[in-house]
Amino acid sequence: MKRHLISAADLSREDALLILDTAEELAQVTDRPIRKLPTLRGRTVVNLFYEDSTRTRISFEAAAKRLSADVINFSAKGSSVAKGESLKDTALTLEAMGADAVVIRHSASGAPHRLAGWVRGSVVNAGDGAHEHPTQALLDAFTMRRRLGRLEGLRVTIVGDVLHSRVARSNVLLLHALGADVSLVAPPTLLPVAVGSWPCSVGYDLDAALPKTDVVMMLRVQAERMNAAYFPTVREYSRRYGLDAGRMALLPESAIVMHPGPMNRGVEIAAEVADSARSTIVEQVTNGVSVRMAVLYLLLGGSEAER
Amino acid sequence: MHAHDQLGNEADPPPSGESPGLAPGSPAARGTAASAATAGGLGYGAAGARDGRRSNESRSGERLRASKAVLEPDEIRRALTRIAHEILERTNGGRDVVMLGIPTRGVPLAQRLAERLAHVEGRSVPAGALDITMYRDDLRLRPARALGHTDVPAAGIDGKVVVLVDDVLYSGRTVAAALDALKDIGRPRAVQLAVLVDRGHRELPIRADYVGKNLPTSQREVVRVLLAEVDAEDAVILGEDASTGAGR
Repeated sequence: MKRHLISAADLSREDALLILDTAEELAQVTDRPIRKLPTLRGRTVVNLFYEDSTRTRISFEAAAKRLSADVINFSAKGSSVAKGESLKDTALTLEAMGADAVVIRHSASGAPHRLAGWVRGSVVNAGDGAHEHPTQALLDAFTMRRRLGRLEGLRVTIVGDVLHSRVARSNVLLLHALGADVSLVAPPTLLPVAVGSWPCSVGYDLDAALPKTDVVMMLRVQAERMNAAYFPTVREYSRRYGLDAGRMALLPESAIVMHPGPMNRGVEIAAEVADSARSTIVEQVTNGVSVRMAVLYLLLGGSEAER
Repeated sequence: MHAHDQLGNEADPPPSGESPGLAPGSPAARGTAASAATAGGLGYGAAGARDGRRSNESRSGERLRASKAVLEPDEIRRALTRIAHEILERTNGGRDVVMLGIPTRGVPLAQRLAERLAHVEGRSVPAGALDITMYRDDLRLRPARALGHTDVPAAGIDGKVVVLVDDVLYSGRTVAAALDALKDIGRPRAVQLAVLVDRGHRELPIRADYVGKNLPTSQREVVRVLLAEVDAEDAVILGEDASTGAGR
């Protein structure tokens, strides 16, 4: 494994499996009376969040704390960023405070990559623009493997706003490396131009794809990033690409429904689907903590010598 | 499983498929290991820098010089049977006993002992595994390593007599870490320790309650325990560390 986790492409198949296996062991900690391990005692993890987030930030915070690391939360609002401090100056400040790892979320694609050049600690990408969100892909893969017992040959259909989704890109890269067959289903306007170079197939018809799907992953329509009309109306989008109970019935019996959250109930996913037994949405949150513990342990748990 | 690296577990076999020929821990090899880890990432399971003590241990294909078997399969079998009887004597017939093996080779030993306890006394004794990787005191001396499997029997350990099982007792640091790990899982009534081989050179105030064989060794020697479940054969081998990187 590399020193930083910036892209799912940084992970070889072996690295990814090591993270998933480690997460599997660490998941047990959640069931114990004392949900804490002493492993990262004395290490400092900084959560550097330039974008709003509840799930991911809390998840990283819980993961670091369960490993006994000290956590410093930094959000752009109410910090010197609001006074105009640059990312680099903020990075140097963190460096001076001795951060062993920086978990960064930023609206600009590539911000974690830049940061990695400025700090000595490990950088973990917690979402950069429309680029990547590797720990989300890891927890999705972990959830699939737990529910369905395998990843090799799994048919995964990712549906919706691929264009603005960092989750989709990370998932395509990671799941491909782990041997799953990934296909994207979206309106043509919500697919990135370069999607032809991604290791996945592309379709436009959700009803045709669902019967051949083991995992359907619904993406959030990211209205806040949409500065143009990508589809005529929300209602039309929902009719063609939303997952309701009728569509869910097209899935094979064992298939699961995933969503990275936060959901727009009634847009890309109907409430009855989100709350059904096939939905893994709550599990994904639980698994997120285990997977992030595994990532932090594998990046920070060993010697500094080889870093 | 890459958990053949318990601290104080000096009986590691050559890990399968991992950088054979490297003599980890010797001053010369440290640079190699460190740079290999840089190139290969965190180098999980691969040999990394370690403290002087570890240099005396067999790992990663270290060549054993003049190795000899000190326990044959029959002797291992008899030693385990004797330990099982001792456990029954000291625990009132195995009542409330939970056997917890420390990965890798403590786990099959714990299972074998539990089977013997059940056979002799007709009472089933739960056996499990306790990985101590996250509790080691030398984590920062080497690259992050893969975790072993922890499997605590469903009934838990509260109020039970936990018998920790490991293959070799050396510095005592593995056992110290295991005691820390136990504390986070529950509150046993008592904790005892069973080992197949006690080779001496303790660094902590720890002793075993049940010992298969006391084996006087020099720190330059290497003790390896092979078990059929993991290594396809049973044996305890004593050899001399060819990389005479006498620690400290």
